[in-house]
Amino acid sequence: MGCMLMSTTVIERNNAEKGNFSQMKQHSGEAAKISVTDLNLFYGEKQALYNVSLGIQEKKVTALIGPSGCGKSTFLRTLNRMNDLIDGVKITGDIVVDSENIYQSNDVIKLRTKVGMVFQKPNLFPMSIYDNVAYGPRMQGIKNKKELNKIVEESLRGAAIWDEVKDRLKTSALGLSGGQQQRVCIARAIAMKPEIILMDEPTSALDPISTLKVEELITHMKKDYTIVIVTHNMQQAARVSDKTAFFLNGEIIEYDETDHIFSMPQDQRTKDYVTGRFG
Amino acid sequence: MRKFKDNLLRGLLWFSAFLTVAVLVTIVGYIFYKGYRLINFDFIFGDYSPAGDGGIWPMIVTTIYTIAISLLIATPIGILAAVYLQEYAKQGRLVKTIRFATESLTGIPSIIYGLFGAVFFVTTLKLGMSIIAASLTLTIIVLPVIIRTTEEALKTVPHSYREGSLALGTTKLQTLYKVILPSAMPGILSGIILSIGRIVGESAAIFLTAGTVAAMPESIFSSARTLTVHSYLVTQESGDIELAAAIGIVLIVIILVLNLSATFISKKLNKADY
Repeated sequence: MGCMLMSTTVIERNNAEKGNFSQMKQHSGEAAKISVTDLNLFYGEKQALYNVSLGIQEKKVTALIGPSGCGKSTFLRTLNRMNDLIDGVKITGDIVVDSENIYQSNDVIKLRTKVGMVFQKPNLFPMSIYDNVAYGPRMQGIKNKKELNKIVEESLRGAAIWDEVKDRLKTSALGLSGGQQQRVCIARAIAMKPEIILMDEPTSALDPISTLKVEELITHMKKDYTIVIVTHNMQQAARVSDKTAFFLNGEIIEYDETDHIFSMPQDQRTKDYVTGRFG
Repeated sequence: MRKFKDNLLRGLLWFSAFLTVAVLVTIVGYIFYKGYRLINFDFIFGDYSPAGDGGIWPMIVTTIYTIAISLLIATPIGILAAVYLQEYAKQGRLVKTIRFATESLTGIPSIIYGLFGAVFFVTTLKLGMSIIAASLTLTIIVLPVIIRTTEEALKTVPHSYREGSLALGTTKLQTLYKVILPSAMPGILSGIILSIGRIVGESAAIFLTAGTVAAMPESIFSSARTLTVHSYLVTQESGDIELAAAIGIVLIVIILVLNLSATFISKKLNKADY
């Protein structure tokens, strides 16, 4: 018994010495779905992220806030390796999703199936609503009509848009309003049965009512998915997220429970930002 | 005063548009007026006779052969090249050079291509004056057109489509095949239509590579005469404007039919995907 106690202490000290944030969080009893350690990212010569470390918890909403160009979108895109599309991006450090280091594995396809993404502007393909949602599953080789129907319905229901589109599934998705399109985008991501959904300012192109609907949806979705959302809108972060990370010039200044970030930020810069003094 | 300027500009725009249409209508109208009396079943489907009362069927067949063969070779190569340049190649000096080269190639007078075809395909490759030699020469002529228009079409496909597709865990090839190429289809098609126009309109290069034999081609290795070359020769040799105009009518109809069917096919293709 004494022996076990001792070994626990040793692990604790090791973790503390490494200063590894995600491991410390894990130790405090909350499971980290994604743990990022010492992440640096360069666009050619220009460094965009500096030693970013944080743990993202399962089935919680994590908001990334900060002024434009602070690296929050760049960071988000490292989580499903969308930065791979850009020439000259260099990354150091580790990102571990479910104990798998995603930059050591070469299976980007598998990663992106597990980590879905919703973009700033709705980017539905010029196809029918049905085909948009069925696109991912079809590309994975699902051909069975019944199965596809089921996935499409479940996904559209999951994105709270089924009732609005169920009678026009075969019409062009581009005929929907912006807010509806964005929810179909979410349905399209859900159709892949991901575990994590990344959202890059998903409501910045939407009107206030559509924004509200998407926010409600996010709150509902967190019981099934781990959500990471980049937002410019601090009220939005306060409304939908459980944890908030404040980015500034490519660094994480503060990362804590959302309530804490907004009510009693530790860092002066966080305080200045959330009270609207800059950004 | 501002109102006046506005009206002036509006008038100018209207006039330019009107002028363009008017010129087109006048030319087409004139050709129809000059040539329509000759158009009948025997003229189109009859065999050629040197006496001048025969039909133009051999030339129609030759024209369709050259269009078909040139497009059959140029379209796949052109589209693949454009996809490589736009989607796969690292954008650097090599790609810039290739792009500059294709752009320059579109501007070279076709007689130069004709001379090259006559030397390379006809003589060096021993194809002789033939439909195939002419088609290969035409392939080189339209290849840059297809590459350029396809590249432009690929460029207009929003980057967000690529991201959206790749973020769903698809491969680059799937994204290309299912999202990018279908979206670029109208642009690619307009490149093919432009190419048909260039092939049908070409006379000098064909003259030098296919020759002027006015008879039904036995195979694609025979020398033959296309409609355009025929039209040129009858004007040149016998000054028969009426006959040349009648040939012109047939050419216009062929182009119209081909363009409409190309549009139709592309619409069908799109429907099938969505």
